[in-house]
Amino acid sequence: MADLPALEAAASRIPAVSRQLAGPRGPKPRPALSRRNAILYGTLIVLAVYYLLPLYVMVVTSLKGMPEIRLGNIFSPPVNITFEPWVKAWATACTGLNCDGLSRGFWNSVRITVPSVVLSIAIASVNGYALANWRFKGANLFFTILIVGSFIPYQVMIYPLVIILRDIGLYGSLPGLVIVHSIFGMPILTLLFRNYFTSIPEELFRAGRVDGAGFWGIYFKIMMPMSLPIFVVAMIIQITGIWNDFLFGVIYTKPESYPMTVQLNNIVNSSQGVKEYNVNMAATILTGLVPLFVYFASGKLFVRGIAAGAVKG
Amino acid sequence: MTAPSHMRRSRILRNLNAKLASVPMIVTAVIVFVGGTAWTIVYSFTSSKLLPRLAFVGLEQYERLWATPRWVVAIKNLAIYGALSLVFQLALGFVLAALMDQKIRFENTFRTIFLYPFALSFIVTGLVWQWILNPTFGIQQVVRSLGWASFTFDPLYNADVVIYGLLIAALWQGTGLVMCLMLAGLRGIDEDIWKAARLDGIPTWKTYLLIIVPMMRPVFITTLVIITSGIVRVYDLVVAQTSGGPGISSEVPAKYVYDYMFLAQNLGQGLAASTMMLITVIIVVVPWAYLQFGRKRRG
Amino acid sequence: MAGSIVDKLIYPFSRSARAERTARHTAERAKLRETARSAGIPSVSVRDLSLSFGTVAALEHLDLDVMDGEFLVLLGPSGCGKSTLLNCIAGLIDVTDGQIFINGWNVTWEEPKDRHIGMVFQSYALYPQMSVRRNLSFGLRSARVPDDEIKRRIARTAEILQIEPLLDRKPSQLSGGQRQRVAIGRALVRDVDVFLFDEPLSNLDAKLRSELRVEIKRLHQKLANTMVYVTHDQIEAMTLADRIAVMKSGRIQQLGAPHEIYGHPVNRFVAGFIGSPPMNFLSGQLEPGPSPVFRAEQLHVPLDRYKFDDRGAAGGRCVLGIRPENVAVGAEGTARPFSHEVEIEIVEPMGANTLVWTKLAGTNFAFLVDSESGMKVGERVTIGFDPHRASLFDDATGVRL
Repeated sequence: MADLPALEAAASRIPAVSRQLAGPRGPKPRPALSRRNAILYGTLIVLAVYYLLPLYVMVVTSLKGMPEIRLGNIFSPPVNITFEPWVKAWATACTGLNCDGLSRGFWNSVRITVPSVVLSIAIASVNGYALANWRFKGANLFFTILIVGSFIPYQVMIYPLVIILRDIGLYGSLPGLVIVHSIFGMPILTLLFRNYFTSIPEELFRAGRVDGAGFWGIYFKIMMPMSLPIFVVAMIIQITGIWNDFLFGVIYTKPESYPMTVQLNNIVNSSQGVKEYNVNMAATILTGLVPLFVYFASGKLFVRGIAAGAVKG
Repeated sequence: MTAPSHMRRSRILRNLNAKLASVPMIVTAVIVFVGGTAWTIVYSFTSSKLLPRLAFVGLEQYERLWATPRWVVAIKNLAIYGALSLVFQLALGFVLAALMDQKIRFENTFRTIFLYPFALSFIVTGLVWQWILNPTFGIQQVVRSLGWASFTFDPLYNADVVIYGLLIAALWQGTGLVMCLMLAGLRGIDEDIWKAARLDGIPTWKTYLLIIVPMMRPVFITTLVIITSGIVRVYDLVVAQTSGGPGISSEVPAKYVYDYMFLAQNLGQGLAASTMMLITVIIVVVPWAYLQFGRKRRG
Repeated sequence: MAGSIVDKLIYPFSRSARAERTARHTAERAKLRETARSAGIPSVSVRDLSLSFGTVAALEHLDLDVMDGEFLVLLGPSGCGKSTLLNCIAGLIDVTDGQIFINGWNVTWEEPKDRHIGMVFQSYALYPQMSVRRNLSFGLRSARVPDDEIKRRIARTAEILQIEPLLDRKPSQLSGGQRQRVAIGRALVRDVDVFLFDEPLSNLDAKLRSELRVEIKRLHQKLANTMVYVTHDQIEAMTLADRIAVMKSGRIQQLGAPHEIYGHPVNRFVAGFIGSPPMNFLSGQLEPGPSPVFRAEQLHVPLDRYKFDDRGAAGGRCVLGIRPENVAVGAEGTARPFSHEVEIEIVEPMGANTLVWTKLAGTNFAFLVDSESGMKVGERVTIGFDPHRASLFDDATGVRL
């Protein structure tokens, strides 16, 4: 038999298992503000301030009158809120050429973006579908060239494009710019659609062929209805990218058709005389409104667009 | 023995619709990408001024290019901006992703906050940061008004540090993207690794640094390539924030190309500069492509 | 004088002090384990454990005792809570209510690393960028165990698990079996008392699975540590376990030795879950009395040889279960207390045996015969079984009668 006194001594040091109420029970008590949480949320909040600061400054500056700006500092909220800078930015700011504000640029941007988005997505989706389901000789080679080409800096191809557009008579016109945007949007969008269509089960495609549908039939009746989310992602990528574009806008258009970004830069950086900072900031916000709206409205789909490798702007 | 003519015809006709539908892609790939690049490289060896002229002058354009202080400054700026941008974006992006990975509350709110700058144009970014860094009204003024009368913070007016002013803006805009890519990578890590590390008693920060980061090497490399191809193209930001100033101290290659090609009417220089930009990208991307696809073929 | 004060300040951080502390901890733990074992205190003890995710209850009021050196298997279908229970024991999940004890010591609020347990995961979770040696030593280094102690432990572990030649390889260069051994080694180097396994063989193909299964059993015989093992595969459970805990919907249905679970299932779920091919179930009526009888359509099964769990079982709807392997055919079948003539509907050759399907009391009924018996579809044969081997379950509750 075991050494009873020693056993008892040992047993007294072990919390009694049979006394079920003894000792800790249930979830471990954790302080709401543990050290880990403090560091975690603290860092996040500090970083959030860095990210939100410019937005705050933009809004606040655009709502102040010029005297208030000259007096105070950029972080102080407006004492007298005025929307005059906004009106001015939209309707009467001078862009060096004419003084009818950003409204002209806004409508230009709309006229540029909408056809570009439609055309580039139409081309790329059909392309991606062809690559995914209808393999033909050389298809992959051209696709690889496309992808490799997307790494080439735009500057290398700018002038040849000027020549091409000039030769077909579209240089400086809206359709010309639309074509340029479609060209440079092709690699990423084709990749996006191709990957998506490859992930659709082959059986659906074969079932369509068995039913007698051809290339376009399958595309419109089977593929398109199934790919609504990816179309939305493609639209998000393109709307944001094209609206925010500056380089193509300044090269391939005439001054009357400058997009909003180009006009914005002209208003702020090339105006002579007194700088109206509040108007500048209002103009900046106005230019950023459309992509911001797309961003806030699209939520998770925007992140998905990024995950597809979209780096625009 | 060549196939009979009716077979040859049907081979072309097969998948005709698909081929027709791919014409835009083929045209773009061949004419714009391949043809355009080739044209630029070829004409960079000519003495074109306002209009392209097929008068070969050997490497003269390149010699002049590298003798131009503006270009040398531009390349130097790109190198500094590129290196710092890369390092800080990767570091900050990873830190953000690691923080967001901690199952925090308000995750969606934080993500929205960190990512919204990415939705903005570089022009907008450049202009707003130009305003914030304005010495008379911006940060310098605010800190001075709080008491530190001799506080100086006007990077945009200081030729030596203007590149850092650009950097602050670029980080603000671009890190959200890096965070998303890193977060996706983090979420792909086997959960059991975390459990094993916790059981081994390894603290969280050490787990991230010594176990998770090495496991995420492919994600880091892909992100690096994406960031780099964006860095080489930096143009809008400079135009908006500093217009290349003060003087030429914040010049970048993309701006040099545009200015010489369209404003100074010196096509040859512009083409030579763009070819140099292409070479820079090749230097970075080719080793990566070899690593990525060479390994796949071997492994 | 000053020197000695400085020495006193530095000493707690010095290498010799660390070595001494580690040795002291190891000795204390060994003593704790010894005392617990000799006092009969279970190695792992779970009391009234409950876990809910929001309103969904994953585990409900679980009580479990795992004795020292025992190999306990948690068995059940997916979603029954077995992995969750294991993670709670490990400390990876916070429980909603209840307590967990290891060697008598309440660990409910302890971090996983302080519970003296080691765990082997389904994917093994070896650190991919590190060599095997570093995989083993990483945790120890983090805990500031002295280097020579680490070397000693790695050498001992490598010898026990026979992974000496693998120490400088990376996990990607190891085979499945080698990876499993390294995963076990990671727990072994930490000198743990209890080993936890979370479905380590589920990702493997059948052949590798049976090989590694034997290795685990061999390891348990060599080390004699307590092991808690989670699986959904009943063959693994039956071959490895000292005791099996069959779980369903967050509760333990039955806890017992394999032969108990197999031969004496306490409810219909356990009876149907264990055994391959699965048990046959016939629905019918129980007529109680001095000579109880089970009636189903034209069937009349005398139950005098059946051992009732519930002496006072009232009559009513019930289910009779009999395993295909306990059904005899032909002359043997006629000799059983209950026999019946049936027509063969389907014959499924399975290699060693053949599974024959017929209909009894209107339901599909299977029995096993030798492959050489040459049964043909359409043949009429007599089958029979001894009610002693059968199980009777209440139709409504599923509980064994």
